[in-house]
Amino acid sequence: MADVVAVPPGMVTAAWLVARKDLAIEFRTRTAFFSAIVFALMGITIFYFAWDATAVAAIDLAPGVLWVIFTFSGLLGLQRSFAVEQADRSMDALLSAPIDREAIYLGKALANVLFVTGVQVVALPAVALFYNVPLGGIVVPLAGLALLAAIGIVAVGTLFSAMAVNTRLAELLLPMLSLPFFLPIVMAAAQTTARLLAGRPVAEAWPWLRILLAFDLVFLVACTLAFPYTVEE
Amino acid sequence: MSGHIGASAPAPAMPVPVVDAVGLARVFGGRRAVDDVSFALHAGECLALFGPNGAGKTTLLRLLAGLLAPTAGECRVHGVALRDGPAARGHVGLISHASMLYGALTARENVEFAARLYGLSDPGSAAREALAAMRVLDRADSTVRALSRGLQQRVSIARAIVHQPRLLLCDEPYTGLDDAGSAALTSALADRRASGAALLVVTHNLGEGLALATHAAIMRRGRFARLERRAEVDAASYASEYRELVTADG
Repeated sequence: MADVVAVPPGMVTAAWLVARKDLAIEFRTRTAFFSAIVFALMGITIFYFAWDATAVAAIDLAPGVLWVIFTFSGLLGLQRSFAVEQADRSMDALLSAPIDREAIYLGKALANVLFVTGVQVVALPAVALFYNVPLGGIVVPLAGLALLAAIGIVAVGTLFSAMAVNTRLAELLLPMLSLPFFLPIVMAAAQTTARLLAGRPVAEAWPWLRILLAFDLVFLVACTLAFPYTVEE
Repeated sequence: MSGHIGASAPAPAMPVPVVDAVGLARVFGGRRAVDDVSFALHAGECLALFGPNGAGKTTLLRLLAGLLAPTAGECRVHGVALRDGPAARGHVGLISHASMLYGALTARENVEFAARLYGLSDPGSAAREALAAMRVLDRADSTVRALSRGLQQRVSIARAIVHQPRLLLCDEPYTGLDDAGSAALTSALADRRASGAALLVVTHNLGEGLALATHAAIMRRGRFARLERRAEVDAASYASEYRELVTADG
């Protein structure tokens, strides 16, 4: 074999390589994405038929339904994030590569954000259809809100997915660890969505958006720094 | 007993060892899986490591690969301490029981992904060469899950050697390989040694290990019970001495 020239990739390049690999696997198998889509659509349908239209107006119910569905369907993708590294101990190959551990976390998180966003792109029109919610004028702010919430959910969920995957109760442990941390995200996102759907100005939801922004920033940094300690034995 | 291979050579002319482990120890709970292990390997040397199950061989390999942090001691690869960051890991290749491959990706995609993680300038060519060296290039575009266990092992070895590591750690590398795969692996290992790499091969097969080795060690209870040059080992009596050593624990 000829001599090779090797310059290990930097943090951003390594994170992109990991994300691209995860997305390629998901694109090839489509198991987690289709599971999440089916779960989201079934959830929306069940909420619709369980809802008494004479007691609660659709416009009041839709924000809660939307964020419950986003949260739980997102968990399906997060669950799979590190499970793909377990099957044949591929995680060992990642950890023995000359890249920062933080890059593995950021790459996984990036792939998970794209996964959750993909589910949102399908679920959002479905909620609008079922609950007869007009999205016309608020698509852009709602998309921005969904992205902010997705970053928060993924920042925490990716770290907990790495922690839970080596345990026997991984599928139970991930939601148990994550859901309490998702609470501020769901509250802020649902409150902001309610104001947007009611035609209120975005500025009115600013206090909630600030909570979301602060959550994203704090947990993205904290979880990136904490990740190496969760994978080092 | 711990030892330092080549420690008697004159210091000024001594090149930097490929791997230099000093007082390596790793404790799990109260159990010392690896206990005060010291050795060095220079370019072209191969250490065959024998020992019963639970002796600490795999833990030692994981310490040298940077997958485990040592409880005590230090390991330097090509002069760079493993604890100083990811750079030292770039000189190490790991062949393990597990394939460490992604079943949904093709053999080529798996090896190219590794080549990119190691920052190779031409990952496509490097992957092709590594797959060809392991005689599995004709199945490069098959998904890994469609390959037999033996072919997966060949792809796994191609992944481990794609960046031409200076230190190649092999944990039972011949497991699952047929004659062609074994021949390809022997050739790849010889190629790596000729290129100045050092090898550490863990095996239960004494004949196989001694055939490759320049040095041999027996590990027991986390320590090197014996460590000697291959030339000093009488292959015929080594097996019975090995059995005596490992059965002495009861």
